[in-house]
Amino acid sequence: MARVEVLKTYKLFIDGKFPRTESGRYFKAKDAVGEFIGNMCLASRKDFRNAIKAARKSQSSWQDRSAYNRGQILYRIAENIEARKKEFSDLIAKEQGLSQKEAMSQVESAIDRVIYFSGWTDKLQQVFSSVNPVASNHFNFSILEPMGVISILSDSFTSFFEFISVVSASILSGNSIVILAGENASLSALTFAEVLAHSDVPNGVVNILSGKAEELSSHFASHMDSNALILVGKHTNRAELETLATENVKRVFCWSHEEIKASKFENPYYIKALNEVKTTWHPIENISSSSSTY
Amino acid sequence: MSKTNSFSLHFETDWKYADAPESRDHIDLKEQYELFINGQFQKCSSAKYFDSINPANETFLAKIAEANREDIDQAVKSAKSALAQWQKLQAKERAKYIFRIARLIQERAREFSVIETLDGGKPIKESRDIDIPLAAAHFFYYAGWADKLEYAFPGKSVKPIGVVAQIIPWNFPLLMAAWKIAPAIACGNTVVLKPAETTSLTALKLAELIQDAGLPPGVVNIVTGAGETGAELVNHPDIDKIAFTGSTEVGKLIQKSVAGRNVKTTLELGGKAANIIFKDAPIEQAVEGIINGIFFNQGHVCCAGSRLFIEESIEKEVLEKLKWRLETLSVGDPMDKNTDIGAINSKQQLDTIKKYIKIAKEEGLKGFESNQSIPKKGFYCKPTIFTGVSQSSRLAQEEIFGPVLVVQTFRTIDEVIEKANNTPYGLSAGVWTDKGSKAFNLSSRLKAGVVWANTFNKFDPTSPFGGFKESGFGREGGLQGLDAYLKMD
Repeated sequence: MARVEVLKTYKLFIDGKFPRTESGRYFKAKDAVGEFIGNMCLASRKDFRNAIKAARKSQSSWQDRSAYNRGQILYRIAENIEARKKEFSDLIAKEQGLSQKEAMSQVESAIDRVIYFSGWTDKLQQVFSSVNPVASNHFNFSILEPMGVISILSDSFTSFFEFISVVSASILSGNSIVILAGENASLSALTFAEVLAHSDVPNGVVNILSGKAEELSSHFASHMDSNALILVGKHTNRAELETLATENVKRVFCWSHEEIKASKFENPYYIKALNEVKTTWHPIENISSSSSTY
Repeated sequence: MSKTNSFSLHFETDWKYADAPESRDHIDLKEQYELFINGQFQKCSSAKYFDSINPANETFLAKIAEANREDIDQAVKSAKSALAQWQKLQAKERAKYIFRIARLIQERAREFSVIETLDGGKPIKESRDIDIPLAAAHFFYYAGWADKLEYAFPGKSVKPIGVVAQIIPWNFPLLMAAWKIAPAIACGNTVVLKPAETTSLTALKLAELIQDAGLPPGVVNIVTGAGETGAELVNHPDIDKIAFTGSTEVGKLIQKSVAGRNVKTTLELGGKAANIIFKDAPIEQAVEGIINGIFFNQGHVCCAGSRLFIEESIEKEVLEKLKWRLETLSVGDPMDKNTDIGAINSKQQLDTIKKYIKIAKEEGLKGFESNQSIPKKGFYCKPTIFTGVSQSSRLAQEEIFGPVLVVQTFRTIDEVIEKANNTPYGLSAGVWTDKGSKAFNLSSRLKAGVVWANTFNKFDPTSPFGGFKESGFGREGGLQGLDAYLKMD
């Protein structure tokens, strides 16, 4: 008699743990031809808030990690996906209705993207920081600092490749994120959570929810402890979301699916956009005379 | 409210400075100012004018046109039609126009300083030594960028955005106009700028100077009016970019009005800066910095060091020195060259400040103010310090935008970082310590766009300025300030 396959339960990924949604709700994930794959958690507003809380808690220590360390952790993520390539490509083939070859090629591109971004952690600052020649006797320099907590909402991630791209670009400089997996890439996204969980990514840096964008979008846009909002794809309620984002002057970015998938996404300006410029002044003795304001 | 110690110096009586008034003979002010559109001054279609007064003595200065929708439409159209020619001009030629503006400001610096002080109430020594020279420096700095933009953002090709709407506040009128206009036109954009209604004069004088510079018509348009005029500008469908400096409240309204529109926006909003003094700080310098941090420009500074955190063990010493220093600040006629604290910009702002002082008293906060008398006519507020303020006090949470300092104490570094960052704002911060490692620790942990270590309230065209969190987004100044005015591919 044939062996009965063991099916996996997919859950949310919050603060490094895999909880079920507190709401107890679910939706049925279907493959590309509409066959049932599994019951996914239908994340609630409360789950989102828990995720933001976890992201906030983790953020400053993630930012404090050395750039070298963050780079190695990103590289570790890539290594661990590589080791599970077959599993990911099977999932993706099923989710997106791709051939094994197409699916494998997507996984490999995703791995390469993570490696690309891992290399930026300790170079970003050198490319974008500056020493500013002020006309007074001060040493003055500007550096990038992560914005903090970023909520990322997609109309629906169309591929694992896209999901991975956005995650790596947004966390590498020290941001923590809450990201909604989207209905047709949620299996691979939540399996990716398992990779994160054993790649030394600190708990809470990446939090992944599965659920419905239309239900959660207003919470993503309005939460007062999230510093920025990335809207991926087309959102019919974009104006409404951007309006909600003004409550705490959230930075809003709109990225299209096409630009994320394009090779041009491999560029540091997407990373830089998710950082603030901080300028520090300090007096220098006796460079030239200067008068105080009083 | 208690007065400062009786044994302090009485500058009012024993040490009073002789009057040293700046002359206003050499300035040229018209009775009435029109809108500057397409290189010409033209009457506003509303035929409505409002008065600009001198806040130091409430006397009339000039009538200012109030632009309505029709005027704004004309100004935006003028900016739009000037775009093609302005962009076609070789970048090095564009630069030369901007260099000219810088030079013309320097040549007429004294006149601009006097008008700035008359119109806004700030001490003449500040407009003379800071506002006007820095405005010229901004034009000079960005002029030089015009033909070097390809080197600013490696790997990107850059293009101007188009028509830029700019709205500026009343605290640094000409300087803010320079911060806005210089990078915008250097990058090949054209501009419609609206100054604040209480301080339109130096912007309009700048318009005259722009005429003298021979800048092609329509590249810079200056429209005057209050909030309604600003709203018309922000909501105009033909603008491609908005740059706003002002309150967080209005900034949020602007952010709302661009929601869903593809209008690039930069906002430079309010602040509630922490100024932190450790026991190992050079105390005398720190006291000077604290005074400068909060009382510079009557405290009408978005990055003012309005929350002072003193390490507990030196609280008594620092407060004592602050009280003494407070007594030596001369408050009064802004046109007097010895004046440290001039007039509050408007009756409305004075009322706001008084409201907070009343709240402080209702909250039972202890405070002290200087013993000096203030002029009877005009809008004045004595420099005031409240001590023992709790984190939840409205005075510690809300931006007052006046010469009011709130003092809190701390014991540990973690505690003060927590308290300093516990605000929706994140514009600036100050730290005073003799220990380098401590200064760097603080400067990396304070969530603020500008951190002044052992100094405060310093500005420079090469130094990016702008906030974290609800203090807005985008930077002005420096290479980073070009980002706001360019499209990148």
